[in-house]
Order: sequence, then structure tokens, then C-alpha cells
Amino acid sequence: MTTIAPEDTGQEALFDATIAADERIEPRDWMPDDYRASLVRQIAQHAHSEIIGMQPEANWITRAPSLRRKAILMAKVQDEAGHGLYLYSAAETLGTGRDELLDKLHTGRQKYSSIFNYPTLTWADVGAIGWLVDGAAITNQVPLCRCSYGPYARAMVRICKEESFHQRQGYELLLTLSRGTETQHAMAQDAIDRWWWPSLMMFGPPDDESAHSAQSMAWKIKRHSNDELRQRFVDICVPQAETLGLTLPDPDLRWNEERGHWDFGPIDWTEFREVLKGNGPCNDERIGRRRRAHQEGAWVREAAAAHAAKHPAHPPHAGTDQEEAAR
Amino acid sequence: MTTPRPTHAPAAPAEPTRPHTTTEPTATTGPTDWPLWEVFVRSRRGLSHTHAGSLHAPDAQMALRNARDLYTRRSEGVSLWVVPSTQITASSPDEKDTFFEPAGDKPYRHPTFYEIPEGVHHL
Ligand SMILES: [Fe+2]
Ligand SMILES: [Fe+2]
Repeated sequence: MTTIAPEDTGQEALFDATIAADERIEPRDWMPDDYRASLVRQIAQHAHSEIIGMQPEANWITRAPSLRRKAILMAKVQDEAGHGLYLYSAAETLGTGRDELLDKLHTGRQKYSSIFNYPTLTWADVGAIGWLVDGAAITNQVPLCRCSYGPYARAMVRICKEESFHQRQGYELLLTLSRGTETQHAMAQDAIDRWWWPSLMMFGPPDDESAHSAQSMAWKIKRHSNDELRQRFVDICVPQAETLGLTLPDPDLRWNEERGHWDFGPIDWTEFREVLKGNGPCNDERIGRRRRAHQEGAWVREAAAAHAAKHPAHPPHAGTDQEEAAR
Repeated sequence: MTTPRPTHAPAAPAEPTRPHTTTEPTATTGPTDWPLWEVFVRSRRGLSHTHAGSLHAPDAQMALRNARDLYTRRSEGVSLWVVPSTQITASSPDEKDTFFEPAGDKPYRHPTFYEIPEGVHHL
């Protein structure tokens, strides 16, 4: 994509200096091809996760136990669609179109977070996703608000603002169940038991096995290592679980005075790799539904395009804003 | 360097969404891909519209509706502009220094350039 050799123009030095000064790289700046490719890969995977992530929760919209919970869940799922769109836009500033990325998702050439390949078996799973999955996402995403690539950082600021409602509604939902009947309490505990370990896997492989980590940190795309963020998340969750009156399913969990952190047990990375490879409980269902939704929406896209072609430059309404803009 | 308003650039200037070196849409656009629009939001009365992001839509009306659903779900705006991304002309990053240089050596355009004796008020 780059046409000018950087050494001829000092562009690489300018790029390095911008990163070193903790300033942002913007779309039309020169950037190393690998920086661009890294960003596209990360942003695409992130965008795909947002829209695939709508499925496990949308599964419960029709069966929400009250109108209040239903409205909340619909708003959350709608937010996730929005997050996907912010991120596809950010990827687009790097020269990669949304349809190209969707095509790569649909044909399995790009991945989404392995967490969304687990099923939502009970209503309590909606709470566990909000508290743990959105919680882990927030821990990952807050540092991305300072990512060196401007459009990605700006998308993350918007997303993080919206995520905190996601996490809180999940926590509140679990608290309600936990303080409810015995059956409700057990349902909440069961959800935590199933979602805890997959949530820890959301931070990615351990640092010594993480392929892209070091370079991403040098470019300030990433600010903290996988293990660092995972530890931060565990430390946040332990007291929150206590308030919930629920236990985290890890017998090795104990406070380490010396480290000033919670020690936790080993993560089953074989499971992680299997799910990533496509052998999780819901991989086929998720991607199948995504493909179907895209195909079944084709006539809508075509009809809208045909309508637009028939009414070129149709003014939305003779509004004051347009006039103001024209002045 | 034009923006939707001839007089004032929005606080966060719009970037043409594809980088300079890319050949325009043909490379990545499928047959049903809608055009790209830049979205500007006035967050409340008295403030300028500010660039919020971009989206795809078949026409201006749909772009406005999509912009409402995408960028003002929490009452972030009282007014929206949508502009076809292709209609934005931006200054080139390559000439960054020379293009903006004329302002660099004119500190006398700032009030802090002038020394005023102590005790002089309202100046
Ligand atoms: Fe999200
Ligand atoms: Fe979320």
C-alpha cells in the first residue's frame, strides 16, 4: 500500500517520533505496512466479536423475565451492533472496506473472540456475560483508548463509555438472582461456574506465547500485556463476587501478600485452542447464523440501493441545518 | 482544505476515510456496498457540529437515520449533518509543515505577544 520508500523522505523517522512522543497516528499519515496490517487484524477481530457477540444474548430477548429486563437487554444488544460499526469504520480508515472484512469473517479467514462460542443456557448467563465478559472486555479496552492509532482510540472511547452500563446491568441481574430463591441463586452460581474460565481466556494466550504482543506494545497499539490485564481483571472480580454472594470456580484462588495480587489456578489452554480452531460448542451455529443473516438481508441492501439510484440527491428534508451548512 | 462549513472547521476535522495512497472504492467495494458518509453531531445548542465518525448508507436520508441510531442513542445530539466522504477535501499530510508554516512565525497574532504595564486594566 505504501508507495514511497520511507528512507527517501524521512517519513519513517516522523512516524517513530510521533509514536515516541505519545501522539496519535492519523489515517493519511505514512505508517509501516506491518503497523497497518496489525491494526486491521486487531480492529477486524474486535469488530467481528462485537457483532457475533450479539447472538448469545439476543437468544434471551424474547424470554426476558420482565419488560424492564427486556428493554435493557435490547438496548445492550443494539449497543454491540453499534460497537461493531464504530470499529468497521475505524478499519475502513486504514483502507480496508467493511464488506471485505465481513467476507473474511463469513469465510472463516478472520476470527472473533472465542468467548462467543459458548452457549447461553439460562437467563443467568445474560448476567454472567454482562459482569464477566463485558467486564473483561472493559479491562482490555480502557487502555486501548490511548492506542497510537487515532480512529481506533476514538472508537474505543465511545465504546468504553457505553460498556459500563453493560457490566452494571449484568452485575445487578446476578445480584437479584443471588438474593432470590434458592433455585435462582443456584442458577446464578452455575452461570459463573461456566463463564469464569472462558472470561479469563479472553485476554489471550500467556505473554510468552503471544505472537503479536511485543511489536504491538512497541507501537503503542497495546499498552499492557495479556497476563497483566488478566491479573488486573481477577483482582477486580474477587471482591465483586464476594458482594454477589457467589464463588469463583477456582480452588487455587488466594491472596498473595507478597505480590499484592490474587493468585489463581492454571488456565486450560487446550480448551482455548480447540474453541479457536472451531471446535467450541457453538462455532458453527454462530457463523452459520451470521452468514444467513447477511444473505437474507441482501434484498434489503439491494432495494435500498435501487431506491437511492432512482432518487438521486434526494434532499432528506429542506432543513435549517442544510441551509446553515450552505451559507 | 474544505469542510462542511466554509467558515469553521469542525473541532475534530474529518479525514477522508481511505488513505491517500489507496485507489478509491473499486478495490474493496462489492456490488451492494453503500457509499460512505461522514457524520457530524451538534451535541447541544450553541455548539458547532463535530465529526463523530462515519457510516455506510444508500442515500442521505438513510444516512441521517443510521447516524441517529449509531451516534445519538444516548441523546448525544440535537442536530446531525451527513456528508458523502468523497465530498471532503483535506490538506495533504505530506505538506504538513509547509502548508501551515505561514502561521508559525507570527506570534504577534496572539495577545500574549504584547507587554502591558502593570495596573492597566480591561486590556
Ligand atoms: Fe461491545
Ligand atoms: Fe458490551
